[in-house]
Amino acid sequence: MLGPVLAGLLGTLAPAFGYMPALGGTTFSLNAFEALFAWPGLSSAVGLSLGVGLASTALSLAIVTLICAGWADTRTFAMVERLLSPLLSVPHAAAAFGLAFLIAPSGWIARGLSPWATGWEQPPDLLILQDPAGLSLIFGLVTKEVPFLLLMTLAALSQVRAGQSLRVAQALGYSRVSGWLKTVFPLIYRQIRLPVYAVLAFSMSVVDVAIILGPNTPSTLAVQVVRWMNDPDLALRFQAAAGAVLQLGLVIAGLGLWRGLEMAVAGIGRRWTASGARGHRVFDQGVRGLALGLGAVAAIAVIAGLAGQVAWSFAGLWQFPDLLPDGFTFRNWQRHGARLAGPGLETLTIAALSTGLALLLTLACLEAEHRHGLRPATRALWLLYLPLIVPQIAFLAGFQTLSISTGVDGGRMAVTLAHLVFVLPYVFLALADPWRAWDARQDTVARALGAGPDRVLWMVRLPMLLRPVLTAAAVGFAVSVGQYLPTLLVGAGRVPTLTTEAIALASGGDRRVIGVYALAQMGAAFAPFALAVLLPRLIWRNRKGLLNG
Amino acid sequence: MDDGAAPSLGLRLEQVAISLGSVRLMALDCTIGPGEVMTVMGPSGSGKSTLLAAITGTLDPAFAMRGRIKLNGRDLAGLPTEAREVGILFQDEYLFPHMSVGANLAFGLKPGVKRRGARRAKIEDALAEVELSGFADRDPATLSGGQRARVALQRMLLSEPRALLLDEAFSKLDTGLRAQVRELVFETARQRGLPVLQVTHDHSDADAAEGEIVHL
Repeated sequence: MLGPVLAGLLGTLAPAFGYMPALGGTTFSLNAFEALFAWPGLSSAVGLSLGVGLASTALSLAIVTLICAGWADTRTFAMVERLLSPLLSVPHAAAAFGLAFLIAPSGWIARGLSPWATGWEQPPDLLILQDPAGLSLIFGLVTKEVPFLLLMTLAALSQVRAGQSLRVAQALGYSRVSGWLKTVFPLIYRQIRLPVYAVLAFSMSVVDVAIILGPNTPSTLAVQVVRWMNDPDLALRFQAAAGAVLQLGLVIAGLGLWRGLEMAVAGIGRRWTASGARGHRVFDQGVRGLALGLGAVAAIAVIAGLAGQVAWSFAGLWQFPDLLPDGFTFRNWQRHGARLAGPGLETLTIAALSTGLALLLTLACLEAEHRHGLRPATRALWLLYLPLIVPQIAFLAGFQTLSISTGVDGGRMAVTLAHLVFVLPYVFLALADPWRAWDARQDTVARALGAGPDRVLWMVRLPMLLRPVLTAAAVGFAVSVGQYLPTLLVGAGRVPTLTTEAIALASGGDRRVIGVYALAQMGAAFAPFALAVLLPRLIWRNRKGLLNG
Repeated sequence: MDDGAAPSLGLRLEQVAISLGSVRLMALDCTIGPGEVMTVMGPSGSGKSTLLAAITGTLDPAFAMRGRIKLNGRDLAGLPTEAREVGILFQDEYLFPHMSVGANLAFGLKPGVKRRGARRAKIEDALAEVELSGFADRDPATLSGGQRARVALQRMLLSEPRALLLDEAFSKLDTGLRAQVRELVFETARQRGLPVLQVTHDHSDADAAEGEIVHL
């Protein structure tokens, strides 16, 4: 993991300081940075990136924390979990498009309220989408980050015996929320710190969601860097590299700022805990209601957005402020379906290849750990998270530079390898826990029956762990399908996938086409999850021991 | 055989000592003859299961073992688990949940029996021996506790082990069933001349074994 990230960073740093022989830069200089600092939009772009990152991360973490504090171990919680988990597989771009369909001045919400409540006969001239403060961008990011952090928190919850701590606290007279925040949260946060950092780094440097929902006046730094990178004027590449370096610095600064906030909150929290305050019932009820409400808004926004895409992709004439189109038709799918095939096939090929490779590497790694009795170190986890924390743009720009200077220009294989860098961590994280939780005595029994380690792996362990293996593969597949920047930059724009095509359509604003592409992208990401649930049920339908567990 | 004598039959623990860091957990020097049962007793955490792990070759690298373990004169040091010819039964049966009862037994049956018909017949015989005829196609999850214990025993015997280890093997069964299954296991081991090492914290297991008892 370290290799590609470092190589990429190097490939970004060199042109940032003026060195890029392929484009005539042979001496080191600060010209690129001077040009960057001369760009008038810089300070607002930087401020926007920082603000959006911190706000969306803090908001997502707060929602997840309060949902867990208020509802963990209840039936409602199980329902929230079931509602939010599938949203994890929705690609960022599809979720963002869905949200745009919902909140735009001509979106579903405005249609629902017009004209009876608003008096609008025409879509109002309001800047709701792509608002200069980045509010819709923050909203979009939160809807995707809440499911991710919730899943990470659930994994942590099962490790820290949260139920016992909470019962002890409640027996001592603490209210549910106060007791949870004081006794469970500190343990949980220690476990989910890396995912939180990854969320922060991601939301500060995200490109695809920011193109769809983020402001243009100016855009966030990452979006601007990508524009420079794709500019026909190759001289702008130096400035783009300098911007990518600045983006890296910005993420490091953001993480530092977050660390400072962490310590401040920890200090306040310790004093609060030591005060012995038990919390109030009324306050508890309020917090529980609020958390549930916010979580529901996030979930409903994504689901309604997807429904909006379905409606648009089948819509005939659909005038404002009609809530539904005049009629439904297959014409949109017929017209664009044929053009969908190429990018669709490309998407599936790249996703299958990168997921297969990631699964192979992960299994080899975990099996070696098992056979040689190795213990995973905490530091290894940092290494795994590195590609998720270092902003994509900072090292992908380097990939691009490298491929230009080595002549290995973006083909399908290069894009697949770039995807692998991001797919591997997720596949590993998804599979490691269930793989390690497998009872080692099952292995002893099989070996004592005379089976060698390979036979045990293929005949016993893999079949028993079929469901987690398929789930991990589905996660990897969805991650690959959703990749925008690696596909665009490493593929040099010549490897079209559903994601790159959909985002290229974003500025056009034809909702019928966008609906078709976003749904296709969504389907490609979601189908493997459905298979991961259905296949084990089908294969093990006569094996009760494997159906629930 | 450095002393030149004929290889001694049975399971021999030659000055075996297991330690964790600088703490010595146990030291044993004993021989279990064919058909004999030795019982190792001790509270939980005394390292009973660690001793069995040393014999099966699955000792966690954190532990250090000194001494030799020999089975029918053959030193087990360095051999992988699958080459040691040591059968083991745990408190849970660890029947493979994805295989039918018959497939579980076939997994244990040595590959030396080649023809499909012959393998099938062997498995049917093994099931009939423990009054489970016709159970080959059943899902292990649908069996009762006593039935699972008997399948696990037969699966192990089909792999033709030369020694038998019991790790609290009967502790999940209730009293009546426990005596019944225990009798079956000990009787089978005696008939086949297998040395048996059992670890337990239950005195009735130790008494039923009618053999040497070692306290850790």
